[in-house]
Amino acid sequence: MGEFLFSLLLSFDATLRVATPLVFCAMAGLFSERSGVVDISLEGKMLAAAFAAASTAAVTGSAWLGLGAGIAVSVVLALLHGFACITHRGDQVVSGVAINILVSGLTVVLGIAWFARGGQTPSVGRDARFTPVTLPGAEAMADVPVVGALYSELISGHNLLVYLAFATVPLTWWVIYRTRFGLRLRAVGENPGAVDTAGISVSFLRYRAVLCAGVLCGFAGTYLSIAQNAAFVREMTAGQGYIALAALIFGKWRPVPAMLACLMFGFLDAVAIRLQGVVVPVIGPIPVQLIQALPYVLTVVLLAGFIGKAVAPKAIGVPYVKER
Amino acid sequence: MAEPPSGRPAAGHNTASPDAAPPAIELRHIDKAFGTVQANKDVCLTVRPGTIHGIIGENGAGKSTLMSILYGFYEADSGEILIGGKPVSIRSSRDAIAAGIGMVHQHFMLVDTMSVVENIMLGAESGAILTSSIEKARAELQRLERDYGLDVDPDALAGDLPVGQQQRVEILKALYRGAAILILDEPTGVLTPQETDQLFRILDSLRRQGVTVVLITHKLREIMAVTDNVSVMRGGEMVADRVTAQTSKEELAELMVGRKVLLSVDKQAPKVGETILSVDDLSFVGKDGVARVDHVSFTVRAGEIVGIAGVSGNGQSELLEVLSGIRPVTSGGFDLLGERFSSARPLDPSTMRAMHAAHVPEDRLRSGLVRTFAAEESAILGYHNDPLYNAGPVLKGVAIRQDCAHKMADFDVRPQAPALKTANFSGGNQQKIVLARELSRGPRLLLVGQPTRGVDIGAIEFIHKNLVAMRDAGSAVLLVSVELDEIMSLADRILVMFEGRIVGELPAADANERLLGLMMANAATEEEARHKSPGLPGATVVTPE
Amino acid sequence: MSAAPGEIPRWVDIAFIPLVNIALAFLVSGVILWAIGVDPIQAVEIILYGAFGYDVALGYTLYYTTNFVFTGLAVAVAFHAGLFNIGGEGQAYIGGLGVGLGILLVDRYLPFYLVLPLAVLLGAVFGAAWAAIPAYLQAYRGSHIVITTIMFNFIAAALMVYLMVNVLIQPGSMSPESREFAQAGHLPFMHEMLGWFGLQVTPSPLNLSVIWAAVCCVLVWGFIWHTRWGYEIRTVGANETAAVYAGIDPRKVIMLAMCLSGALAGFVGINEVMGVHHRLLLNFTAGYGFTGIAVALMGRNHPVGIVLASLLFGMLYQGGAELAFEEPKVTREMVVTIQGLVILFSGALAFMMKGPIERAYLRLARRRSSPTGQEA
Repeated sequence: MGEFLFSLLLSFDATLRVATPLVFCAMAGLFSERSGVVDISLEGKMLAAAFAAASTAAVTGSAWLGLGAGIAVSVVLALLHGFACITHRGDQVVSGVAINILVSGLTVVLGIAWFARGGQTPSVGRDARFTPVTLPGAEAMADVPVVGALYSELISGHNLLVYLAFATVPLTWWVIYRTRFGLRLRAVGENPGAVDTAGISVSFLRYRAVLCAGVLCGFAGTYLSIAQNAAFVREMTAGQGYIALAALIFGKWRPVPAMLACLMFGFLDAVAIRLQGVVVPVIGPIPVQLIQALPYVLTVVLLAGFIGKAVAPKAIGVPYVKER
Repeated sequence: MAEPPSGRPAAGHNTASPDAAPPAIELRHIDKAFGTVQANKDVCLTVRPGTIHGIIGENGAGKSTLMSILYGFYEADSGEILIGGKPVSIRSSRDAIAAGIGMVHQHFMLVDTMSVVENIMLGAESGAILTSSIEKARAELQRLERDYGLDVDPDALAGDLPVGQQQRVEILKALYRGAAILILDEPTGVLTPQETDQLFRILDSLRRQGVTVVLITHKLREIMAVTDNVSVMRGGEMVADRVTAQTSKEELAELMVGRKVLLSVDKQAPKVGETILSVDDLSFVGKDGVARVDHVSFTVRAGEIVGIAGVSGNGQSELLEVLSGIRPVTSGGFDLLGERFSSARPLDPSTMRAMHAAHVPEDRLRSGLVRTFAAEESAILGYHNDPLYNAGPVLKGVAIRQDCAHKMADFDVRPQAPALKTANFSGGNQQKIVLARELSRGPRLLLVGQPTRGVDIGAIEFIHKNLVAMRDAGSAVLLVSVELDEIMSLADRILVMFEGRIVGELPAADANERLLGLMMANAATEEEARHKSPGLPGATVVTPE
Repeated sequence: MSAAPGEIPRWVDIAFIPLVNIALAFLVSGVILWAIGVDPIQAVEIILYGAFGYDVALGYTLYYTTNFVFTGLAVAVAFHAGLFNIGGEGQAYIGGLGVGLGILLVDRYLPFYLVLPLAVLLGAVFGAAWAAIPAYLQAYRGSHIVITTIMFNFIAAALMVYLMVNVLIQPGSMSPESREFAQAGHLPFMHEMLGWFGLQVTPSPLNLSVIWAAVCCVLVWGFIWHTRWGYEIRTVGANETAAVYAGIDPRKVIMLAMCLSGALAGFVGINEVMGVHHRLLLNFTAGYGFTGIAVALMGRNHPVGIVLASLLFGMLYQGGAELAFEEPKVTREMVVTIQGLVILFSGALAFMMKGPIERAYLRLARRRSSPTGQEA
């Protein structure tokens, strides 16, 4: 029994680590999509940021500079997406797909050109990474039954970006629901005409939303390459940008439900390792590929409308052209 | 912007202004053209402060364009705007709001998922952080509600409110921004009679508080009920100003519709045959629960043209769409060539065509044609499965092209180029392509909506001749049009629709503009109107209302 | 084709602006090459040589082109119905699965001329089935087809790994592959076929499926523009309201278009599984599904344009391999980068140059018609 609980604890621990990039991206997608701009390119921004962060950290030896570079690159791509969609009213989905494919290739091209390691960046030492942080009192509390174990194992010992990720959830909630910017952002995603007639620029508002998305994806990518790991590896995002998008839809474009969806996907991932080979009556051992495919299958089931109804912001995906 | 010529009296300038206060709004010689269409021509308007001023006119008369200029959606090509006696430059809604102008649009600009308070605050928040803004807004909202009698639950979601209350939110939005001038664009189109009365009480209260109200409408009854002054627009021009108390519905109707030259079509008496279409207590209820077609019954027989007159938006469009199989029946039904269609047995457009009925849609670019297709491809829309055009699985390109060429010759489509993209034809020629397609098969029932909308004079005559020819050949024709001239010259029998119901039916010989105008604005029943129009058999002396 | 004064002639819209977009994509690619220290002009030379310079190169180029024609046609057919099918990768994968399964079942018992049509049929059916579920969800439940097809790509990958590792793997083998097909399950290589006629060419993966790709081009062209079902697809894509007016059911049309799209993508399996590898294995789609998107956008959804764009990308793939050989800094990913840029400029930014180009054209036309410089 104790072993099972311990195993569960470790799973939760892993869940937090796995869910971190998802949470960052989901919040990023929330800003963009709530303002009416579809963002398929969470994946691409995250990947580009991962590469930029790892490269910069390898060259400068500083994790913080790496973070800065990651954010900068992600913001540039976000503005590119905005430029195509908002200013030139291009197809938002095509733009997102274009960016993803572009980044997929460019990160490896530059990686090989600069580091000649087949697309990987050089591993960085502890100084150039975000390393686990022991929260105050964790060691002292380690022996306290239940609470101590929870605190020292589960909550303490993650790196800074993990804590930041979960902090962005209340922050996003506050910005979206408690600030003027958030009010206008939500309005422009539902009825841009209402915003326009109130005398506010729809374009400027959407650009700022897309900018926020860029910043957050920058964090996500940096986490992947120099916090969770010690280098950039090609395609290291592995579809997590799309899963984050699915989690966002699952969470009906709201911060806390989206975060819970990310945790759920993260949990499934963590459990997948443990369930591999477990024998189930009739079917036999559960194939690992089934567990791996589960988040994607779940996304499809959700989108099919079998789990409640996912109602997108009303004006999403439609470039704003003044009526009349 | 041009200087107004001095010393020229024009409609819109008050000749006797006892008030010392400058007019709340003054528009001088506003011109606005969209391409070749002159939407506003030398329009002048003067609105006195603290009054309710009505602007009336038919669809397309230019009222909405004028108000859009005032609210900053468009900029006038020439002319001046003065607010409170001072010239202002209005280039965006922001400028308009700054000048104290608020607008309640015909189609509400509300965010359905946000609360009333949030909607009202949007764009006029008092700070970057919302919590204090909301408190301030809520307090101000309570004050406004008290002062003007506008009762709305501040925390209700805008999308959940009934339409009448949504409109109040729009009004509160304007007042919250300190609007001294409130423009309402066709506000009662979506209201029930009770909600309309409530609105009028609110407008009255606003007037007493010193707010200037401009009411844009086509409904005569409302003008008479609530306005102090009224200006009439027709064909892009301001044709008259009146003090409401000194005019009448009849005079306004006459000014609205004007004395246009009737395009009379030479037609013989109809040779009426069997009943082709019999509509029986038909209703269509939209997603919002409003009955767009409300228990309608009528018949159309072979060899006659039945015209449905009415201001657009009173259910005629939906009626045509139900009868052509595009929309479903909610209750009741109709008999087409002996086959009954109802909610239990829906009609679909391909069945309709298989039964030799045809449909010329009201909006040819939206429904009737594909802009990016070549003309010959648009010319087979709806008939693409016909064996005439198909050899087994393959479309017969040559046959299609030849067929299109014939149609183009028969219907005088210019240029006679079947391969030319549909979008490159003028409006009139596009319409002729649609007509050629629907008429050339000799349908037994022809449903036609706005056949000459956006069509030049020469083509109008041609189209009218063809419709009469169909009728003479034995087709039953149901014609929907907002152009009274068209209805009166083409129809043998005229029905008038208002708010989804048939409110009048009369033979074309008995109809005239005045009478139909009143019925269209639901200002009178046909009985009443008959009594009021001298010269008709059985007329009695009129007692003014 | 003379245009009225003030009007823009068709060739500007159909050919010139798209070419400008592609030129921009290549310009940016050149800048990237220069940034990593590769001479862009020299790179172009090497690519051209690598693609056409020697006979086996041409064979490889055309072999890649074959795949891109299939996936490009797939994306194009869906686009005509107004749908963005990003699932070509997964549909190609599952289509190939169908091809392989069919061949594995019958290759020892049936002759080639029966195995081939069966394989083609199964490739189509499996590919169509993989597209049908997202199509149904879009048509009848409104689920965004872009996300569902991307998900199905991932699911296909997981499914294939499972099947290859657990079901189809040869007992005792370490690599996740099926057994090799019997001779009846082999598509003849072009070098083999030319050999029958006495022509000697160096062996390359180019095989009979290139003929099938050409046939598909003709069939798609005929279907989309010369049949009534193609007419319905184009109507739904261009103006859904007019389609409803015409008695067309948009939901059924969405299903049809997507199933055709999936079937076309599935034919990649004919080339790869039956034509080249002669066994079922992992990752034979290798990004071809995504290249199809660039090809369709570049080729403006028309078979002629798709063939040209496929050739271009085939050239890039093969020439890119040559370039990678000569210049170790450049790899296959450079082609992926170019793909992304093409999609960006031909797709998302397609209208960016429209305004300036049309204005410049009008200005030039005006200057030419009044050489004295007076405005007309």
